[in-house]
Amino acid sequence: MTAETIIQSLASGLLMGLLYGLIAVGLSLIFGLMNIVNFAHGEFLMLAMYGAFFLFSFFALDPLLSMPLVAAGMFVFGAAIYLLIVRFAMRAKTNVGMVQIFATFGLAIVLRGLAQYFFTPDYRSISHSWLGGKTISIGGIFLPVPQLVGAGLAILAFGALYFFIKRTDFGRALEATREDAGAVALVGIDQNRVFALGWGLGSALVGLAGAIMATFFYIYPDVGASFALIAYVVVALGGFGSVFGAFAGGILVGLVEASTALIMPPSLKAVGIYAVYLLVVFIRPRGLFGSI
Amino acid sequence: MHDVTHAKQRRRDLILAAVFVALAACVPLFVKDVYVQNIMVLTLMYAGLSQSWNILGGYCGQISLGHALYFGLGAYVTAILLTKFDVLPWFGMIAGGLISALIALALGYPTFRLGGHYFAIATIVIAEIAYLLFLNWDWAGAALGIDIMVREDSWAKFQFTRSKLPYFYFALFFAAVAWLVTWWLENSKWGYWWRAVKDNPDAAESLGVVVFKSKMGAGAISAFLTAIGGAFYAMFVSYIDPESVMSFQFSLLISLPAVLGGIGTLWGPVLGAVVLIPVTELTRSFIGGSGRGVDLIVYGGLIVIVSLTRPDGLLGLFSRKRKKEAVR
Repeated sequence: MTAETIIQSLASGLLMGLLYGLIAVGLSLIFGLMNIVNFAHGEFLMLAMYGAFFLFSFFALDPLLSMPLVAAGMFVFGAAIYLLIVRFAMRAKTNVGMVQIFATFGLAIVLRGLAQYFFTPDYRSISHSWLGGKTISIGGIFLPVPQLVGAGLAILAFGALYFFIKRTDFGRALEATREDAGAVALVGIDQNRVFALGWGLGSALVGLAGAIMATFFYIYPDVGASFALIAYVVVALGGFGSVFGAFAGGILVGLVEASTALIMPPSLKAVGIYAVYLLVVFIRPRGLFGSI
Repeated sequence: MHDVTHAKQRRRDLILAAVFVALAACVPLFVKDVYVQNIMVLTLMYAGLSQSWNILGGYCGQISLGHALYFGLGAYVTAILLTKFDVLPWFGMIAGGLISALIALALGYPTFRLGGHYFAIATIVIAEIAYLLFLNWDWAGAALGIDIMVREDSWAKFQFTRSKLPYFYFALFFAAVAWLVTWWLENSKWGYWWRAVKDNPDAAESLGVVVFKSKMGAGAISAFLTAIGGAFYAMFVSYIDPESVMSFQFSLLISLPAVLGGIGTLWGPVLGAVVLIPVTELTRSFIGGSGRGVDLIVYGGLIVIVSLTRPDGLLGLFSRKRKKEAVR
């Protein structure tokens, strides 16, 4: 193993990690807002990937162009899921934890079934996108262009999200609602509206990630499952509810995955991520940057 | 006064269970169809598995989404001991159960300190690690799994070539034992602590150590019984691989009957399994082949609807009636 291979895999691990952060941040945002883990998050990613795929195959829209459309579509979808399902799950008086976990789990299974039914279980891929299959070399290190652009986008998205939460009225309402939902209602902010918009925003973010992922990953009904688990690990590592935590957690997971792949068979690379996750939560049960 | 009705209720539950077991034992005398018998075996197995899950997930409120780990361990220990060391499956079953219980104790120590969602995700992750390790473990058959050769009809080897009936009776026995353990635990010291903690989380703080110990106990019992179910499954299908016994899908399948029927209740897992397993098996065979994914839609939809409208599970339908009768 040369120094070059090590740098090479850490560099691609870093890129992948930034994307993991982008996939996970919506999950973290929603959790921070209302203490609910969306167990259908991976299926949201899957839908976004199909969105990019169909826009490409029917309208020849490159994923880079269709990305805003996919994100907008996911925004509407996420807000609708809140209004139609999650809102009612939050009203449960008994078995609260169970209801929240299994309502979104059931949704995940339904979405997977719908994808199998309407999109067939076939593996799809976007064959000739602007980014797909290209690599560039920087100082002797080869980096895949889709991941590079995805990582750049992830950094932009995190920056925008930070600005949004700190500087805009809605962002402040979001922050205030997560601090104290009851008091927020007293000053006339409609809690339901904030929650719906929060779900929309979180889903739009995973929509962005999905559009990029579609350029270099196979698209099939179960594709969300493995990424969902990584997203939970990212979020739990960074601390549920922390946007910066998702960013840092994503990078950490990407690097750990790349280093594990260096020393163990590739099929075991996820074991490294999971082991580090367990180690962190056993020592810090709230994750690295979790405050709640 | 309350104690009297409580004791009466418990006795009634026990009699009801005995009646159900007796009735179920007679069903194969009339139902000869192998396909239907197969569904009955699976229903009983899931009733027992979910009852075992319910001890930890329902009564203790520790929602585990990684019980496939214990199920898979039971299946693997039994299959490996039988095929590689010629150890009879009955011993393999017990060995698998004990190993699972020990692992549950070792894992319980760090995981029970994690709150709600963190606990659930930690259990998924732990089971996933085991799944990946078994998938890459050549000695244990890796992705190809282990084929258990069935040569003869033998109770000692728990193998039957012609009839499904012995499997049916063992599955019935397994479900009955899991039910009985739950019935007994409900009225034990631990059962009271769990209920107290559920009703009043602050009480958990003051009970601290004992509650932690009782959770460890629940984890070990739950894992032991789940592994027995896994051992049975290995012998029943006579072929196992990581995908079919240790994947996340299985963890979900183990928990769902309890969730649908009524989490943390004595009859919930039984009711849930009786509703869920035939429904999913029938949708799978009638429309599953042609209408891809329809079985998933039906089954996921059922979970969403029940958790939104009946957080107490389907059992809530019965107990409400019962309460109304009592008022009259």
